[in-house]
Amino acid sequence: MMSLELLLKDYTLQIVALGSAVLGAVSGVLGSFAVLRKQSLLGDAVSHAALPGIAFVFLITGIKNTEMLLLGALISGLIGTFMIIIIDQYTRIKFDSALGLTLSSFFGLGLVLLTYIQKLPNSNQAGLEHFIFGQASTLLKRDVFIMIGLGVIILLVVALFWKELKLFSFDPQFGKSIGFSNVKINVILSSITVVAIIIGLQSVGVILMSALLVAPGVAARQWTDKLSMMVILAALFGIFSGVLGTLISSLVDNMPTGPVIVVVISLIVFFSLFFASNRGIFWRHIKHGKNKRNINDSRVLINLYELALNHKDVYHPHKTEVINLTNNKDKGNANVIKRLLYLCEKGYAKRDYFDTWSITDKGIKKAKSIIDNQGGESL
Amino acid sequence: MTPQLEIVIIAVIVSAACSVLGVFLILRKMAMMTDAISHTILLGIVVAFFITESLTSPLLIIGAALVGLLTVYLTEALRRTRLMAEDSSIGIVFPFLFSIAIILITKYAGNIHLDVDSVLLGELVFVPFDRLIVLGRDIGAKSLYVMGTILFIDLLYVILFYKELKLVTFDAALAAVLGFSPIAIHYSLMGLVSITAVGAFEAVGSILVIAFMIGPPVSAYMITDKLRNMLILSTLIGIINSIIGYRLSVIFDVAIAGSIATVIGITFLIVFITAPKRGMLTIINSRRRRKIEYAMASLLLHLCNHENTDREEIESNRHSIYQHLNWSKKFLEKILYKALNLNYITLNNEYLKLTPKGREYAIRCYDDIGYSI
Amino acid sequence: MQKHVIEVEDMTVAYEEKPVLWDIDINIPKGVLMAIVGPNGAGKSTLIKAMLNLVKPISGKVLFNGLSYECQRRYIGYVPQRGSVDWDFPTSVLDVVLMGTYGKIGWIKRPGKKEKEKSLDAIKKVGMEEFVDRQISQLSGGQQQRVFLARALVQDADIYFMDEPFQGVDAKTERAIINILKELRLRGKTVIVVHHDLQTVKEYFDWVALLNTKLIQYGKVDEVFTDENLRITYGSTDRVLKGEV
Repeated sequence: MMSLELLLKDYTLQIVALGSAVLGAVSGVLGSFAVLRKQSLLGDAVSHAALPGIAFVFLITGIKNTEMLLLGALISGLIGTFMIIIIDQYTRIKFDSALGLTLSSFFGLGLVLLTYIQKLPNSNQAGLEHFIFGQASTLLKRDVFIMIGLGVIILLVVALFWKELKLFSFDPQFGKSIGFSNVKINVILSSITVVAIIIGLQSVGVILMSALLVAPGVAARQWTDKLSMMVILAALFGIFSGVLGTLISSLVDNMPTGPVIVVVISLIVFFSLFFASNRGIFWRHIKHGKNKRNINDSRVLINLYELALNHKDVYHPHKTEVINLTNNKDKGNANVIKRLLYLCEKGYAKRDYFDTWSITDKGIKKAKSIIDNQGGESL
Repeated sequence: MTPQLEIVIIAVIVSAACSVLGVFLILRKMAMMTDAISHTILLGIVVAFFITESLTSPLLIIGAALVGLLTVYLTEALRRTRLMAEDSSIGIVFPFLFSIAIILITKYAGNIHLDVDSVLLGELVFVPFDRLIVLGRDIGAKSLYVMGTILFIDLLYVILFYKELKLVTFDAALAAVLGFSPIAIHYSLMGLVSITAVGAFEAVGSILVIAFMIGPPVSAYMITDKLRNMLILSTLIGIINSIIGYRLSVIFDVAIAGSIATVIGITFLIVFITAPKRGMLTIINSRRRRKIEYAMASLLLHLCNHENTDREEIESNRHSIYQHLNWSKKFLEKILYKALNLNYITLNNEYLKLTPKGREYAIRCYDDIGYSI
Repeated sequence: MQKHVIEVEDMTVAYEEKPVLWDIDINIPKGVLMAIVGPNGAGKSTLIKAMLNLVKPISGKVLFNGLSYECQRRYIGYVPQRGSVDWDFPTSVLDVVLMGTYGKIGWIKRPGKKEKEKSLDAIKKVGMEEFVDRQISQLSGGQQQRVFLARALVQDADIYFMDEPFQGVDAKTERAIINILKELRLRGKTVIVVHHDLQTVKEYFDWVALLNTKLIQYGKVDEVFTDENLRITYGSTDRVLKGEV
């Protein structure tokens, strides 16, 4: 409650939180496509590749004008993207190597330029390194307006090319075959992704920006199978982690905003992975355990059935060791007895003495139908 | 030894150690995993620092190596859930662990002498300040010995397990069937990558470690088709790049590691464009040559097909033939010029006529195409 | 009674929900050339992977000559699907074939002259002697498959498992491969092949296993490879007649 009060009162905090929210929304939307296109790490490379652009523009103009610096970042980010695509297409070098090479050599160039600037006389370079780690608390109202403007443009572009983006995230070959240009879509998507990264540079920085482009999409994917739903959810997760991260970092001393946002969204991802309806690991584990038990139950029943068939009298009782599954022989009979008791409970088998068992009519019928269904049928 | 010389030697050792391992990393499609490790080891360093309260303890290296392996393990565990692709799992694990490290450092910044900037960006210039003193005598920069030991271990590992690394990288299933555990090889390699990254981070920073690990091997991969040569070449490229990078950084007075990374990038660019067999120039050239060869063959075949038919006059007219072939006029002129030069056709009052040589060539092309299908 | 080199008992494999293999029991005698056939998704590759311990079954066990896989590893050869490796890997034909000898050499030691000669022999046998030093990405699909076969030959195993060796190869390679397989059988080796082309089963193999999650039938081709059994395996004869499913 206190944090809400704080959010309502503190003007600077509102500005920063608004900025983080916009960033979260935009990166959630674009990240969904990146995740589906299996290009999650492209964002990582592009955000590093933006650094030399920033430094270069400052070197030429000598002033820290946000728009100009961001323009520089945009251009060098696009050059980086272009390089990655060309390397991937024209050589046998794998996509991930192309990413690693591009991000590190661009970043190296950026550092070279930054150190060069630092040594120039009378240069007012302080704050440029904020682009590396981000410094949300230094966001100005004007910066946030720029972020909102860029964010709106990105969302409009996505809405406009929705059909094409959907097609290309799913099946680029097919898209090409029905006459959409792969290259054009790539350029559009890369450009708006670069713009989104640039929005994030000031608040979370080059390194952590990549997380925001991956995590919301991955988390959203766990809850839905529909693209439109996924994009909306990803945006919501992005906004939530952006605002919550900002609040936490303003409430606790010495808490860097960017990393806190990343930790929040990561926790959302882990939660989704475990507990998301249907897909979640937790549910799947339960289901899998049930399944394995079920398969073993069926197998015990079928062993019993086959033993019965080999005997003159189908209802002849058999000893536990005989019914035991091959792979369990060294583990003893406890497991089989458990399974057999379950079968008795269901009326598929009967316990004759302490350790002999026989099949019932119901059991024979069931065993036949399981065999016909290749174990797909449950007990 | 002068500090300058020490810096160069350390840079050379770092690049050699990184590029030897890097060859296997890029072949195993682990380039971005390396990027992740080089960041997350920071968490290991921070935690080990909290325990030992010293920045020089060997525990730091062990802690970092453990976190490196943890990164690999977590990434694979996430991927195994099959709820996301491999690259997404890297993109989640690494910023998460890295963010925790940054939060810890910032939170306890007061009592920690660990500067985020220096970890991420590194600065070779300061490395010679940290001396190794044995029995009261200064025997050189500490980094020199640490990295030297790491390089020795890396080389020993690659030489001893060359055969196993090759097999597991090329065909993991066969390796498992033959009794070489792919998991053992994988984790030992990634463990060494973590240790090497820790050793190097102080000198070059965690972001640029990946330039040293990926750049030279990728350039070598453009040039050679043999794994052994790739290892040697990649080490050589790494060493030469670091020497040139260092010289340039002195001339322009800029960050040494950044300068080396830039040189690594430029080296790749040059190789990418000019490499024999696989370079851009060769590829573009051979594409163009093939296009012309193919066009020539189709022109000659076209003439051949209509030879001695009643449509021969229409089909072989110099001014209309480009329409039949659906070419631009300019392209036709180019091919015509070549064909005339090679004496495949003769020009007879605006009509093209095959020479015996041209006819033979057309038929040979036709047979070749038939064969390749 | 004939002694069995491979005995599979009660093998069940499940990846997620439905079993991929259900309660497989199979005994394979020494010296047969056996095809495993069945529709897509029938678990053919999974069956050989489970036998080779590359996939963990829910239940069941496999014995080779009455012993576990671990004890018999050195007598078992494996040819994975051609698509399972990266053919851009910087290595030559000879190098790939040499990998077949690694199992016998063990950790750390290097292949020597003896291994090299053996590999060259195998390369000659598959008709690839002109390409010994060729980089593997410059080979055609059929040539790549022959390299894999040569690699299996130098393993000098008693039991061979091959995952779709005829997938996407030219007619010449197909002949070369089948000749070698038949020669292996003559030398008393046991060869298990995941196979796709029903038309050639009778011509190439003497044993066959029909698989569709469960084992429909297995045994001598003449006895087992009947229209009735194929109908059960593939669901309808109509698709079978088209040759491939």
